Amino acid sequence: MRTLDETQVWEALAEVPDPEIPVVSVVDLGLVHAVELDGDRLRVELLPTFVGCPALELIRRSVAERLAGMAPQVEVEMTFAVPWTSDRITAEGRRKLRESGFAPPGPAAGGDRDSRPLFATIAVWPQVTCPWCGSPDTAMENAFGPTLCRAIYWCNRCRQPFEQFKAV
Amino acid sequence: MTAQALDGPVRTALADLLLAMADDEFVLGFWDSEWTGIAPILEEDVAIASLAQDEIGHAQALYQLLAELEGGDPDELAFGRRPEEYRHAQLLDHPRTDWAFSVARRFLYDTADAARLDALGASAYTPLAGVVAKMRREETYHLLHMHAWLERLATGGQEPRARLVAALERLWPDALCVLAGVEGDDLLVEAGVLAESLAAVRRRWLAGLTPELERLGLPAPPAAPPAGCRGPDRSDDFRWLWEQFTMVRRSDPEAVW
Repeated sequence: MRTLDETQVWEALAEVPDPEIPVVSVVDLGLVHAVELDGDRLRVELLPTFVGCPALELIRRSVAERLAGMAPQVEVEMTFAVPWTSDRITAEGRRKLRESGFAPPGPAAGGDRDSRPLFATIAVWPQVTCPWCGSPDTAMENAFGPTLCRAIYWCNRCRQPFEQFKAV
Repeated sequence: MTAQALDGPVRTALADLLLAMADDEFVLGFWDSEWTGIAPILEEDVAIASLAQDEIGHAQALYQLLAELEGGDPDELAFGRRPEEYRHAQLLDHPRTDWAFSVARRFLYDTADAARLDALGASAYTPLAGVVAKMRREETYHLLHMHAWLERLATGGQEPRARLVAALERLWPDALCVLAGVEGDDLLVEAGVLAESLAAVRRRWLAGLTPELERLGLPAPPAAPPAGCRGPDRSDDFRWLWEQFTMVRRSDPEAVW
């Protein structure tokens, strides 16, 4: 057996799709916190996008299944060691999201209450660009969408609804 | 700081705080889920279901922390206790009632919870600080959403306003329970687990809230919370909810999912 290196692990991880938005991988979304190779042991730590995301166990299992056999001992765990934020989505991930009709999130500074007044209203949320026609003339319909990580918008120019991956 | 580094009394106080927070989020999540399918508008149906899911998720993470600290099983903590063993604030003993009542309760709870999470963001107990960092980002959306509803009802004509005012008057005393002191919270402050006492968190919460309530002409808080803020006496409404959310598990406690 060839010696396993980290690059191979990352390549394998890049093949594991997100179960709710399968156009992006767990690497595109920045879910991989750590890859550790120590002799026979391969350990991967993943960050949960949303604490209550029902897909977390599914993601963990998909990663474990993809890595199975790459090392004698494979461990895949979720960690809260650092908070996942939407800023972790890679440039490649943002391109893939846009191409499939999702507006990528704006800077997540807007998701942290330290940076905004307690009672800011929805009107002050950053403008989102339509993934279909590129127009900035859009309006939020609902901060909550079909899954915890998605919000619903309407484009005033091309008159299409679209979803945004939430900035958190 | 790890669980092993905490001495006995600090550990007990932390366990009490975690249980209170987990039960708050858990019970609120189940009350919210009572709106699924019957919220006032379709968009709100989607929103309140997401809010409920977030709260149950937060409760799960907090029960997990508690299980790591004290031993035990998070599912057993969530579903395996008798109604009188839950430690949620009395605010969450009320039924969902009408929409204005649910909005009033969520607004009071979300703002109090935000103040509480602020005091835990830099907790020396790092497993808790990690979970809190995630919760705060998600709760920001809850705050914005409930504030938008509060304003809409407060300025939306006679009936919504009257219902909102009545709900706030009814709920205010019990809302103070969310940040009623727990035994040993001074020890948590000393150990750096909590940035300030819950009494101080409550003062900060009310100081932030009062100008906004004044702006909208809504009822101000009473001076003091009622006695027996976190059980063991529980309302019939909570007992009914408990019957509902434990029903499947009680039908076969040994089942594997």
